[in-house]
Amino acid sequence: MSERPRDDRSWWLVLPVVLAVSFSAIVPLMTVVNYSVQDILSPDQRVFVGWEWFRKALRDPELHAAFGRQLGFSAAVLLIELPFGLGLALLMPRRGALAGFSMAALALPLLVPWNVVGTVWQVFSRPDIGLGGRAARALGLDYDPTLDPVDAWATVLAMDVWHWTPLVTLLAYAGLKAVPEPFYRAAAIDGASRWQVFRHVELPRLKSVLTIALLLRFMDSFMIYTEPFVLTGGGPGNATTFLSQTLTRLAVGQFDLGPAAAFSLIYFLIVLATSHVFYTALTRREREEGR
Amino acid sequence: MAEIELRDLAHRYAGAADWALRPLDLTLADGEIHALLGPSGCGKTTLLNLVSGLLSPTRGAVRLGDADVTALGPRERGVAQVFQFPVVYETMTVRGNLEFPLRNRGVPAAVRRRRAEDVAARLDLDALLDRSTRGLPADVRQRIALGRGLVREDVAAVLLDEPLTAVDPAARGALRDSLRAAHRRIASTLVYVTHDQGEALAIADRVVVMDHGRVVQQGTPRELLTRPADVFVARFLGSPGMNLLPGGVEAGAVRLGGDGRRVVGVRPEDVRFAPADGAEGVAADVEEVVDEGHRRLVLARIGDRRVVAAVPDPEPAPSPGACRVTFDAARAVEFVDGEAAS
Repeated sequence: MSERPRDDRSWWLVLPVVLAVSFSAIVPLMTVVNYSVQDILSPDQRVFVGWEWFRKALRDPELHAAFGRQLGFSAAVLLIELPFGLGLALLMPRRGALAGFSMAALALPLLVPWNVVGTVWQVFSRPDIGLGGRAARALGLDYDPTLDPVDAWATVLAMDVWHWTPLVTLLAYAGLKAVPEPFYRAAAIDGASRWQVFRHVELPRLKSVLTIALLLRFMDSFMIYTEPFVLTGGGPGNATTFLSQTLTRLAVGQFDLGPAAAFSLIYFLIVLATSHVFYTALTRREREEGR
Repeated sequence: MAEIELRDLAHRYAGAADWALRPLDLTLADGEIHALLGPSGCGKTTLLNLVSGLLSPTRGAVRLGDADVTALGPRERGVAQVFQFPVVYETMTVRGNLEFPLRNRGVPAAVRRRRAEDVAARLDLDALLDRSTRGLPADVRQRIALGRGLVREDVAAVLLDEPLTAVDPAARGALRDSLRAAHRRIASTLVYVTHDQGEALAIADRVVVMDHGRVVQQGTPRELLTRPADVFVARFLGSPGMNLLPGGVEAGAVRLGGDGRRVVGVRPEDVRFAPADGAEGVAADVEEVVDEGHRRLVLARIGDRRVVAAVPDPEPAPSPGACRVTFDAARAVEFVDGEAAS
């Protein structure tokens, strides 16, 4: 082996990827790291402050509140969209002309640009002219998302469910279509109920697609920005101001680049850590069996 | 435990132009192992699914014992079915799998436990009972699937759809023996679908040969080999199948020749060789001798017809070149227009 001439020139082939990743991820991230340890008074007046901004961010009550709202929102999104999406997938026809149609109809919300989703729901929920708002009023509800935090939350959640449940459904549907036919036949012969077929035949085979759905929906919902920004603007008060909006306000609104950078790094680590925990927990069993 | 009776049964899949199964009458006797044998697409799996109720027939009736079950679904029919693809519930242990069909029918826990352990012992699963079913090899998974079929006491019949196909060839023999042993004990009617005649002849009391959606012949393995009903069965069964030559059996001897409407069938085992300079039999030309270890296959030619002879090991096989062949007329079968002459 030692006699084989060394030739490392092939490493140059990696260069395009290195460059692309540098510009898309590494350089911006390092810029943020650089900001996070400095107090930037003006472009050429900077002071090194060490961990100061991180300490401040971790103690900031406004950030704590936004973090709590964010966790609540993501939890609600997952608790609603995963079972609901799975249920829809189970109801969808597996073959025939109707299968293609229902899939296309279901995918429509996924094709709408995010700010348009916000605008559509903003109009829809208006108590004076919106269809949803008027309908809620007609039913005798004292509905006004611009004044009532509960109404605002319900509207933001409804919007996210409308927008993203189809993604869960499509993933689960693809998983269901991959269940081999003999499993259903054997279950019928064994006298299994519909619930048992779901529990013992379908669900075990949906585990990996549901893991992906869970991760995607967690990460997306945890970083949600555009839709509530357009729909409620974070209000009433700060009721629907989530983490990314708080961060944007800090960075762009108040131009506090140092604290905003520190905060965004913490934010990034939270998403990374939570996703890692989810992923590890859900795939641990498979890895144990793989041994 | 019941006889399976099919009356004028036929099936055509939705949108298909031709029958998958042509109208047929068939009785599968109680307590025996029946093999449905035929090439791919001959309708054997369709027939099996009609018996289990996974398909409902285009016409005709299915009777299990005294009951007409044509209108019932698979759940109510009281049949068990095992598929080519080993189906195992990975959410349960081996014991859970075996007890599953019983639990769904409200069998008490103590009885469930006893039956599951009984079946597990018979299928060599007793050491695995409390193990998870994940990561088990295909033959063990198929044993579990078989166990779920055999565990039920209420089954009229156990239907097996090519159960050994997904199993490693080395494990097939053992699984087949377990199946026979389990059948001896349970004595329910067993229907075994296969395209492998070796498997069918080895396991079945009675074989039903099918071709193009028809039942060609039903009989014991010996009956099928010695008295094939037509040239399809003659060619299909045995390895290799019967030699079919124009001619017939006349006055206790095989006479070759004729217009081709009459055909004589001779098993490779019933072809003998004689010296080329003798007067016995007909002139032939040996082209190749294949040594299979326990026997030699002699590929010869009579005129433009190929003939295969099987010579068991200690007997001398002829060398390539001219020779004469004789046929055992007592065991030859004559066919007229493709059907066996009586």
